[in-house]
Amino acid sequence: MVKIIFKRIILFIITFIGISFITFLVINLSPGKPSDMLEFSSKITYEAKEKIIKLYGLDKPLHIRYFNWFVRFIKLDFGNSFKDDRPVIKKILERLPATLLLNILSLILIFFFGIFFGIICAVYRNKFLDKIISFFIFLSYSIPKYWLAILCMIVFGIKLKILPISGLRSVNFEYLTFLEKCLDIIKHLILPVVISALGGIAGLTRYIRGSMIEQLNSEYIKFAISKGTPKNKVVLKHAFRNVLIPVVTIVGLSLPEVIGGAFIFETIFAYPGMGRLGYEAIMSRDYPLIMGISVITAFLTLLGNFLADLLYIYVDPRVRYK
Amino acid sequence: MNRYLIVGSIIIFILLLIAIFAKFLSPYDPYKQDLLNRLKPPSIKHIFGTDELGRDVFSRMLYATRVSLSVGFIAVGLSTIIGAILGLISGYYGGWVDSLIMRLVDIMLCFPTFFLILLVIAFVKPNIYNIMLVIGLTSWPSLTRYVRAEVLKIKNLEFVLSCKLAGFSSARIIFIHILPNVLVPILVTFSLGIGSAILTESALSFLGLGVQPPQPSWGNILSSGKDYIHIAWWLSLFPGLAIFITVTGFNLLAEGFRILFSPKER
Repeated sequence: MVKIIFKRIILFIITFIGISFITFLVINLSPGKPSDMLEFSSKITYEAKEKIIKLYGLDKPLHIRYFNWFVRFIKLDFGNSFKDDRPVIKKILERLPATLLLNILSLILIFFFGIFFGIICAVYRNKFLDKIISFFIFLSYSIPKYWLAILCMIVFGIKLKILPISGLRSVNFEYLTFLEKCLDIIKHLILPVVISALGGIAGLTRYIRGSMIEQLNSEYIKFAISKGTPKNKVVLKHAFRNVLIPVVTIVGLSLPEVIGGAFIFETIFAYPGMGRLGYEAIMSRDYPLIMGISVITAFLTLLGNFLADLLYIYVDPRVRYK
Repeated sequence: MNRYLIVGSIIIFILLLIAIFAKFLSPYDPYKQDLLNRLKPPSIKHIFGTDELGRDVFSRMLYATRVSLSVGFIAVGLSTIIGAILGLISGYYGGWVDSLIMRLVDIMLCFPTFFLILLVIAFVKPNIYNIMLVIGLTSWPSLTRYVRAEVLKIKNLEFVLSCKLAGFSSARIIFIHILPNVLVPILVTFSLGIGSAILTESALSFLGLGVQPPQPSWGNILSSGKDYIHIAWWLSLFPGLAIFITVTGFNLLAEGFRILFSPKER
């Protein structure tokens, strides 16, 4: 087991270096240097520009620049934002908790509903309930999620006025009691969380349905049923355990989608997270901030996948005792 | 033939006709502004209403069909060529070539693709050609994995071995003898890919990083819909519906192909 974990760590590092390299290339090989962008700003003095060229080592060859950049990025030093000259890492850390909250809640929702719907579909396969759920799953593959977000905003926010449509707090947040504050945040979270979880729920349901049906058709299940084990127990204890193992990996793999989606949903819902910060950074060409957010995003995604791998090793005895 | 295939093909066929004949079908010039008739709700004169500059939404949407379909086909054409070739090479040769390609695939799959696309678009000019290119260059990895797995299944079968014994070149074996056997996953992924490329393009245009106005795209009509969400629901409803139907068409087609070629489900 130690050997496998060690191997995963090596893989983690290789992938991280790979991702950092791709990000570096995208930003450095694209037309226009970061210092060019500063020329449009009259506020930036010649010295400041020289300083930034020095900071990014733009006068050095590509491989040395990559090495220097990598060293700085391990130290989490991404420089200062062009917009307000505050350290990038500080700006990101301010927004990170909100994004983590959104993503973790989405993942919990994906895990819970994906398993729930998947099992129901498998147990009642080709019956009415299965067909209805499968139909909605199919639709949710094709629907533009950001459009759904807008429709929900129109329906729940503007017409019915039961849910707030932007931000994480109401205007009068300061004056609420603790309980009202919690309720206020929950209300603000409902739409973004549900909508960003939708794609993942669809994927997981489909997967669980397929592999659950496969399990339910296998010999050991037929044996358990024929010796009179109650059906609930067969489904939840015997079959489900074997389905659950790869679920960890599947949820891990849906992480990039959830994090990528955050950039759209946070922007639509004016949610104060890292995704919206990234979008604003891209729109205003805030080079250091874009860099920082790419690296942190990649790192979080990888970390999620890595944890999923570890969990996989833990839950699968075949791997654990190898 | 199955139901999925039929319904999917009909939807896509109609969309292709709309894209080709947009000029003749649209009642108004999609670029013509009519500032006296701004943000008018759907009526007999303008069946999908007018936008914030008084342009006819229906006509704009017909023209936008061209954008979506061409982005879908060209971007996914590109990613399919890259994905299939890498998958074939990786599966056929194995060894260090395989490890290298698979590591690259892992890296690409770990990175949130949409963010990567945003990142690239932030540094190049957002227009329809760059979007095709970026989507094409970032969405090949899953196909590579898929094709590789299929190649691994068949590369030790007798017909491949006899080709080798007959002294055929590797290129001939890969492209003439192995490729036809992996066409099904390629076809399914191609069809699914077009759906998701159309979704990506519309999301980019929605965020203002895709097709730039005044050129109409479903995404950028939706984007102005968001600005007028309180007063003009039609700007949000119709373009979204168009994207939804289009993507459904391609997904149905993919499902249809999958069922058609898997004897178990047939």
